[in-house]
Amino acid sequence: MAYYRSQVLICAGTGCHSNKSNEIIERFNEELKKHGLEDEVQIVTTGCFGLCAAGPIVVIYPEDTFYSKVKADDVPELVEEHLLKGREVERLIFTTEDDSGDEPKTLKFVDTDFHKKQRRVALQNCGRINPEDIDEYIAFDGYKALEKVLTSMTPEDVINVMKESGLRGRGGAGFPTGVKWSFAQAAKGDKKYVACNADEGDPGAFMDRSILEGDPHSVIEAMAIAAYAIGADEGFIYVRAEYPIAVRRFQIAIDQAREYGLLGENIFDTGFNFNLNIRLGAGAFVCGEETALMNSIEGKRGEPRPRPPFPANKGIFDKPTVLNNVETYANVPKIILNGAEWFNSVGTEKSKGTKVFALGGKINNVGLVEVPMGTTLREVIYDIGGGIPDDKKFKAAQTGGPSGGCIPTEHLDLPMDYESLMSIGSMMGSGGLIVMDETDCMVDVARFFMDFIVDESCGKCPTCRIGTKRMLEILERICEGKGEDGDIEKLEELAKTLKSSALCGLGQTAPNPVLSTLQYFRDEYEAHIYEKRCPAGACKKLLSYEIVADKCMGCSACAKQCPVSAIEGEIRSPFTIDKEKCIKCGACMDTCRFNAIIKA
Amino acid sequence: MKKTAADLEQIRKETLKNVELRTGKDGYKIIVGMATCGIAAGARDVFKEAIEKVIEKDLDSVTVGQMGCIGLCSMEPIVEVISPSGEKTRYIKVNKEKIDNIITSHIIDGNVVSEYTSES
Repeated sequence: MAYYRSQVLICAGTGCHSNKSNEIIERFNEELKKHGLEDEVQIVTTGCFGLCAAGPIVVIYPEDTFYSKVKADDVPELVEEHLLKGREVERLIFTTEDDSGDEPKTLKFVDTDFHKKQRRVALQNCGRINPEDIDEYIAFDGYKALEKVLTSMTPEDVINVMKESGLRGRGGAGFPTGVKWSFAQAAKGDKKYVACNADEGDPGAFMDRSILEGDPHSVIEAMAIAAYAIGADEGFIYVRAEYPIAVRRFQIAIDQAREYGLLGENIFDTGFNFNLNIRLGAGAFVCGEETALMNSIEGKRGEPRPRPPFPANKGIFDKPTVLNNVETYANVPKIILNGAEWFNSVGTEKSKGTKVFALGGKINNVGLVEVPMGTTLREVIYDIGGGIPDDKKFKAAQTGGPSGGCIPTEHLDLPMDYESLMSIGSMMGSGGLIVMDETDCMVDVARFFMDFIVDESCGKCPTCRIGTKRMLEILERICEGKGEDGDIEKLEELAKTLKSSALCGLGQTAPNPVLSTLQYFRDEYEAHIYEKRCPAGACKKLLSYEIVADKCMGCSACAKQCPVSAIEGEIRSPFTIDKEKCIKCGACMDTCRFNAIIKA
Repeated sequence: MKKTAADLEQIRKETLKNVELRTGKDGYKIIVGMATCGIAAGARDVFKEAIEKVIEKDLDSVTVGQMGCIGLCSMEPIVEVISPSGEKTRYIKVNKEKIDNIITSHIIDGNVVSEYTSES
């Protein structure tokens, strides 16, 4: 094996890739060749580091220098300065500001608050290894858990370890994984399946994608372990086609594992056989629901089936099936290797281990973070997430996507786990965490998620198909200032019906965003309905821009900026806005240097 | 080709040598001054020689790195050797032959080559 004195790790996750990290990789190869360094310096493409806001990310070892927001044109300088002359390129090193008001400090990745306060289990290898090289996965104890399971444990042993570990489904519902496996093991059948749900559809959630892109072998290894535990010999992973990089890397990983005999017949000469196939989803949200997903794998229309029978007894092709989420699987090899106690020493009483959250919305460090269960929202948002941009005030965080709810300011210090989030009307969900500030309207947020659900409802059961549509109509009316007395009560009644009578999880949880915003922000609904006013100033129909005559200097800057020529006046005397013409884009307000334009 | 558990252990060991760079190696560090003054004095050749020697002698735990100018341009090429316990030795006016000797006696045998150091 070649000796490299230096390694350049370049993030090739979807976030950095869309910021052209592929060009950076190419440029590095060119520049290294130019300087004759190609035999000394190795380029390693990795998965997601998590700090997507600072991407594209390049880390150079052995110095462990963390470069952020690198462009292809920075590469010649990086090669010449850092790799040839050994001088770090200061201007590109990641910096962070702290509360002390001192100059921003340049930091190593491991020293950032963003990294220090995390505990990475599922994301352990993301950003550390090259996901397209099985040897690197093996180097960090890869496939050791599978070997241990096949050579020294019975299926019952495996299930017991999983039960003791307390691992629960990371897809949202939080069902104990070991228990699920024991049901499928107990089920009778000549053929059984394991499946992986990678149909990540919640707006704002992307942890499953990052695991598949950054550490695909951990999922393959875990699925093989699950197969051994329940007595299956075939598996499916259901990935949405909108994740092309994840699909490609996973296929490479399957091919490499097959070549090494870690998939296929007689694995580790133990007589255990396991084959794995990829199935692509066409982008329907409902296919993330387990029974719809299984229909889709079978080649049928992606519609849910009634439960029971549960997949453990009648799953794919009516055979006993275990279906787990990507993040759940990613924890499995580590639990097998380190033991149940290692895993359950972290977390809260009923929720063990760590959880990955995808931070999005009004937050500085947009990205992926993994924290112990029981970490408070305040720690996640302010310590790890770096707070809210422009010093705006926190209003609420939405967890669980369209099935979840919001967490308002008063619950910022609530330790987050499955039960605590349920108790305040939200849910863990897959871990999408969208932060909202004072300028976000909660009625509009509820409307947004309902709009999403109406699009994604499969239409099989009328409660969901019609009920969500009616709820959306009411919400739209309220946002447009046409809300009526009694609308809130109608929403609540529809919500109750949907919750109790929809066929699948999608419909049953669809009213959650409405119910939770009603619980914490009822006054905003009332302001819209009775005062025809949007307190956050977000609903355009309820908004008008005005020029305060006393403050207006008559400079005409706003009139020049207005895209629809709705502002008129004479130079040096106050201007006025024609409210009929105004499209409420806010361009005038951004332009005015005298703060003479206000939202009313 | 199908791998056995023993094969995997072999791959693990081999690959770890390479990926260790990312987790920090515990052996000697050889740091070559590679500023303009150093390169002009032939630091690049010394640096390449150091890497070749490390490969040749199978010194997996050794890190070869560079540093910038430390202000002693007339003494270049300068090479610093940092022992696993953190002791720093500075060698001056190093050439290919000297770096070979440094690696053989200092890194492998643990004896500082005092006639090359800045103190001599």
